[in-house]
Amino acid sequence: MKSAIPSSRIDERSRLDNGVNEERRFIVDIVVLMKQVPDTEAAIKVNAAGTGIVEDDIKWVMNPYCEFAVEEGLRAKERFGGVVTVVSIGPSRAVEAVRTALAMGADRGILVDDAALWGASDSLGRGRVLARVLRDIGFDVVFCGKQAIDDDMAQVGVVVAELLGVPHLTFVNSLEWLDERRLRVGRQVEGGTQVLEGGLPVVVTCQKGLNEPRYASLPGIMKAKKKPLEVKDLAGLGLDGGEVGKAGDTTEVLRVEVPPARQAGKLIEGETAEEKAMRLALVLRQEAKVI
Amino acid sequence: MASGVLVICEQRGGVIRKVTWEVLSEGRRLASQLGEELFAVLLGGPGVMGVAEALGHWGAVRVYVAEDGELSDYRGGPYVRVIGDLARRIGPNLILMGASSTGKDLAPRLAARLGVGCLSDCVGLSVRDGRLVGRRPIYAGKLYAEVMCKGVPQVATLRPNVFERLEPDVSLRAEVERLEVQFDEVDLRVRQVELREEAGGRPDLTEAEVIVSGGRGMKGPENYGMLEELADLLGGTVGASRAAVDAGWRPQSDQVGQTGKVVTPNLYIACGISGSIQHLAGMGTSKVIVAINKDPDAPIFQKADYGVVDDLFKVVPPFIEEVRKLKAE
Repeated sequence: MKSAIPSSRIDERSRLDNGVNEERRFIVDIVVLMKQVPDTEAAIKVNAAGTGIVEDDIKWVMNPYCEFAVEEGLRAKERFGGVVTVVSIGPSRAVEAVRTALAMGADRGILVDDAALWGASDSLGRGRVLARVLRDIGFDVVFCGKQAIDDDMAQVGVVVAELLGVPHLTFVNSLEWLDERRLRVGRQVEGGTQVLEGGLPVVVTCQKGLNEPRYASLPGIMKAKKKPLEVKDLAGLGLDGGEVGKAGDTTEVLRVEVPPARQAGKLIEGETAEEKAMRLALVLRQEAKVI
Repeated sequence: MASGVLVICEQRGGVIRKVTWEVLSEGRRLASQLGEELFAVLLGGPGVMGVAEALGHWGAVRVYVAEDGELSDYRGGPYVRVIGDLARRIGPNLILMGASSTGKDLAPRLAARLGVGCLSDCVGLSVRDGRLVGRRPIYAGKLYAEVMCKGVPQVATLRPNVFERLEPDVSLRAEVERLEVQFDEVDLRVRQVELREEAGGRPDLTEAEVIVSGGRGMKGPENYGMLEELADLLGGTVGASRAAVDAGWRPQSDQVGQTGKVVTPNLYIACGISGSIQHLAGMGTSKVIVAINKDPDAPIFQKADYGVVDDLFKVVPPFIEEVRKLKAE
C-alpha cells in the first residue's frame, strides 16, 4: 500500500527527524490523536447552565488512554524511523498537553482551537476536523486512546478511520509489527482476546496494557520548547464551524446532572468475624435477595 | 420517511449474546412508543440462519440475516458494509446495539457512514417528540448526561446488564429475509488470526451478575482461591482493583475501575479494597455493594450497602460456608 504522504512533505520530514531516518529504509508518518481532560482525581461539578461542567480549579492532564497512544507512536518511530505528529482539538490550555507529548518524544504538534468547537458534543464533528488535519499532513498509522475519560464516548478513532476510508482496530492491548507495513494486534473482547492482522494505513485505538508510557525527561521537556507546535482554527483548515462545530452537531446535550446518591448502607455487627459472616449471608438472602 | 427500530444482534460461535436480548427488549418498548415496527439484523458465518428465528420471539417483524464466510468472526469492515447497505435501503428511524466490544467498535463507524453521531453506552433511553434521548455516564460516572439525537437515523449503544430483558413470546414469528452481501477489497483488509478465549468458564466481568473482587488487602495472588470459590458458588466471576493488577497478582482483564472495566452486577463483593474514586467509577452502579475491609475509614464503606469491618481472611471463609448452606436449602 502506498504511503498517503504528499512527496513535498518528505523534505520536511527529513528535517524534522534530524536525519535519524537516513539509515532506515522506510519513512513512516505516525500520527497520534490526543485530548486534554480533567485529572481523574478532579472534583467535577455541574455548571450553572446545567449543560456542562465548571472548568475553574481543575487540573488538566493528557487523557490517560492517549498516553498509551503517544508511547506506541514513539515506539513505532524508534523501530522504523519517521515523524510523530500529535494532533489535538482543544482550547489554549491544551497546548500544555501537546507540549507534554513533545516532551515524551513526539516531533511536532498541531492544536485545533476554535470557538465554534466549544461545547460540541458530537464525535462525528470532531472526527471531521481531525480527518481534515490528517489528510493535510499525511499519515501511515494513527494511534489514539480508546476513549477520553471526560465524555467517555469512545468513538473518535473509529469515526476518523471511517472518514479517511481506512480500517480501524479498537481496544488494542497488544501490538506486534510483522514488518513495516503490517501489524498484528490483540483486541480485548468479552472472555478473551481477538487477534487481528492488517496493513497500513490503519487507525489503532489503545487500551490499557498495551505499553508502559514513558515519563517526559528533563532534557525532553527542554527540547519540547523548540519543537514546532501550530495552533490552527477551522478557517485555516478550510472548514466551516457551522458544519463541524457545535452548530453542526447531530447530537445535543440537554442536561448534565449529578447521579442520585446511594442510600446509606449499614454495617453488619457481631462479636466475632464468624458471626458477621453469618449475618451478612442472611441479610443478602432475606433482605437484599441477591443470593 | 425514516421509520422503524433496527436492532443489530450479536452472536459468537452461533450463540446469541446476552446483551442482544436486552437491546431487543428495549427496542420493542421504544418501537411501541413510537408506533413503529421492530426489525433485527444478524450477521454470521454458515449456519447462522439457524439462530435467527428466535429473534422473532422478541417482537421483531422482520429479521435480516447475512450468512457468509467473511462474517464468521466480527470485523468492522465487512459488518459495517452489510449493515450500512441495509440501513440505506430500509431507512430506519432508530438503530440500537449493545455497547459490547463489538458494538463499541461497529456502531460509531456505522453512524459516521450514515452521516450521524452515536450515543455511546446509554443506561437509559426515552423518546421525546420523536427524538431519541439517551442517558449516559460521563466523567467515569461522576455525572450523567441526557443527550438527544438530532439527525436521522438515531443511533445508540446500550450498556450491558442494565436494560430489563423481557420474556420472549414463542407465539410471535418474524419474517426472515436473507441479505445478499457484497464486499469490496477495502472492506476485507483486516483478517482474524484467532479468537483466544480465556479458560475458566466464568462469565465476563461486563456480563456477570455477581462479582467477587479483591484488592490490596488480599496480600498476594495465592489468596484469590477463596474468592474464586465464592464466585463459583454464586455463579459469578472474580474481579480485582488496580492495586492488585499493578502488583501483578491478577491480569489486567480482571481490573474493575476507571482504567479497567465498568461493571453492573446485581451483587458486588469488595474484599480488601479501599474504594478509590477510580475503582468506584467502575462498580458504583452495582445493584448491591458489599464491602469487607478491616479499615473502618476505607472510602468503600461510603458506597457499600452492607459493610463488614473485619479481617477478610476471618470473614470470607465462614461466609463461603454459610452461602454453601443457604444454596443447599
